Amino acid sequence: MLAIIVFAVLTIVGFGFFGWNISKVRSNILLGKEVKRNDQKGERWRIMTLVALGQKKMFARPIPALLHLCLYAAFVITQIELIEIIADGLTGNHRMFHDALGGFYTFMVSFIEILSVLAFVATVFFLSRRNLLKLPRLNMKELAGWPKQDANLILIAEIILICFIFMMNGADEVLYSQGKSHLAGEGSLGFSISSLIGPAIFGSVSEHGLHLIERMGWWGHIAMVFGFLNYLPYSKHFHIVLAFPNTWYSNLEKKGKFNNMESVTAEVKLMMDPNADPYAAAPADAAPQRFGAKDVTDLTWKNLLDAYTCTECGRCTSSCPANQTGKLLSPRKIMMDTRDRLVEVGEGIRKNGKDFNDGKSLIGDYISEEEIWACTSCNACVQECPVNIDPLSIIVDLRRYLVMEESKMPSELTGMLTNIENNGAPWQFSPADRLNWKDEA
Amino acid sequence: MSVLKVPTMAEMMAQGETPDILFWVGCSGSFDDRAKKITKAVVKILNKCDVKFAVLGTEESCTGDPAKRAGNEFTFQMQAMMNIQVLDGYEVKKIVTACPHCFNTLKNEYPELGGNYEVIHHTQLIQGLINDGKLSIEGGGTYKGKKITFHDPCYLGRANDVYEAPRALIEKLDAELIEMKRCKTNGLCCGAGGAQMFKEAEKGNKEINVERTEDALETSAEIIATGCPFCNTMMTDGVKNFNKENEIQVLDVAELIANAADL
Ligand code: SF4
Ligand code: SF4
Repeated sequence: MLAIIVFAVLTIVGFGFFGWNISKVRSNILLGKEVKRNDQKGERWRIMTLVALGQKKMFARPIPALLHLCLYAAFVITQIELIEIIADGLTGNHRMFHDALGGFYTFMVSFIEILSVLAFVATVFFLSRRNLLKLPRLNMKELAGWPKQDANLILIAEIILICFIFMMNGADEVLYSQGKSHLAGEGSLGFSISSLIGPAIFGSVSEHGLHLIERMGWWGHIAMVFGFLNYLPYSKHFHIVLAFPNTWYSNLEKKGKFNNMESVTAEVKLMMDPNADPYAAAPADAAPQRFGAKDVTDLTWKNLLDAYTCTECGRCTSSCPANQTGKLLSPRKIMMDTRDRLVEVGEGIRKNGKDFNDGKSLIGDYISEEEIWACTSCNACVQECPVNIDPLSIIVDLRRYLVMEESKMPSELTGMLTNIENNGAPWQFSPADRLNWKDEA
Repeated sequence: MSVLKVPTMAEMMAQGETPDILFWVGCSGSFDDRAKKITKAVVKILNKCDVKFAVLGTEESCTGDPAKRAGNEFTFQMQAMMNIQVLDGYEVKKIVTACPHCFNTLKNEYPELGGNYEVIHHTQLIQGLINDGKLSIEGGGTYKGKKITFHDPCYLGRANDVYEAPRALIEKLDAELIEMKRCKTNGLCCGAGGAQMFKEAEKGNKEINVERTEDALETSAEIIATGCPFCNTMMTDGVKNFNKENEIQVLDVAELIANAADL
């Protein structure tokens, strides 16, 4: 009975805390500006299925993609087992579905065990790639400290989780073969991996010891799952959840198209209209608009969802021409900075109310001007991102703020803009000479 | 050299004629000495195929692309609206341009400001002319068997998913198309986009065009083909950086076709 109560409390706290965290993340994301992303639903489902579920873009690099798929499949399929664990935990049963499902039960658990072994291999590979091989994109300076720890922590947790699964099933296998399992019956449970390694590892352990190992595995498993669930919202691993909405809300336009700023259109129309009343006051309820983005709240909610979804894999940065040639710009850092700042602003608003202002901003305190001016708008980062994140649109909005609100830009660009305004070309040529090429030899 | 026929919209209108297509020359194509050669190659092809086209001439103005990429939406929209007034005044329906930046802006960013046109890149137009039998290259012409590599302009490739038209044209030359290790969706930028063309690069350890030229040199091609006047400049400078001007040429696909067809 005590076990049931402890379990029930753990479950409620586990899910409750997760729910609370999710609502915080949601309210942070909704601090962003509106952007419409719910047209063409069929196309959106298609992209989500291919890119998030099918991990299509990962397969540009097949080996890590395959290993990642093992880890992901193991993770998803293991959750089926969770249903039984929760049912057992709340009713005090043991392997509740075993008898009802019969051969299918054996098949499912066997399948989970095989995936777990594959996931184990993948995890070891990923850990060594990160820490021993020191793959450049996984060892850049923006990952120093917490991001690196975060990545390793989750991989180690995965290994521990897999160990718990095999403790649970392995010890139960030995108990069952001795007719001492809490599951009635005798012989072998017949699970693919644990029926082999169970007897080999735990064969000589006493009955009492076996029960202890089995329970440790069982409680360990569920504890890890709830731990993981609640760790997610603080970690880059949140992508296993957010990859789905993030790809669904993908930008469906051509990548070259920068969004149109309607606030500017209104003003330009007024400027170009000879009949407009230049002294007409702006409508009283018009909120003072800021052009471009100074801080995270000036970005769209999709930019903010992108930031939470970022896996910090660095595929964007490793394909970025500016980064490859030693410039400060790293599109991954743009995403990480956006997320860090958003968490800070979100906390601030929750503590101090809507008008929270800590005097800091995304541009300046997190992202420097030097970074954003190094971008060639080549879209390589957008192309590469396995979860359809768009770092470029954040860069552009930061530029817009600097240029239109602060008139801050590299001096050559000031000249270029003046030329366009004065003579309709980015260089100093007279518009009257535009067709001269026709008669030049 | 035969005289180029380059009618302007105004001239055509005066004669009561409407062209089938407007050739948007762009600022590079109008003012940059290297790019002007590309412009002329396009005109030669248009003339040869008797395409009824016109240019805006002195009525053309910057599309506003560099302003928009630099973050100045005001300047961009002013330019766009002025251009749209001119284009709509001439009732333009279809536009061809030899610059992927103009192409992208006219095609994707003008519609929301009221400018709706069918916009194609010159490689697409030329591909159509060849497919329709209006232009043929006998036996591949001058470039038969030559090794050519194609540098994907970001604003043609990734930005607008046009990868095949320029390649199809190179194949028509009977040349050997050798891809760089990074090509198509993975192509590396030449370094000029996003208004970088007009400023010094930020501090780093290499110029982007040098990095890209290395990719091209690795293919041991004799010609780097491009489809963008900015890429052309960047790659030409990259080749100079390695003192390889005598070994490898940088040419626009339109120039290759015009040369091969003896125009
Ligand atoms: S768009 Fe900008 S940030 Fe993205 S890869 Fe290109 S240069 Fe880098
Ligand atoms: S933006 Fe995309 S590609 Fe870049 S680090 Fe994040 S998940 Fe990886």
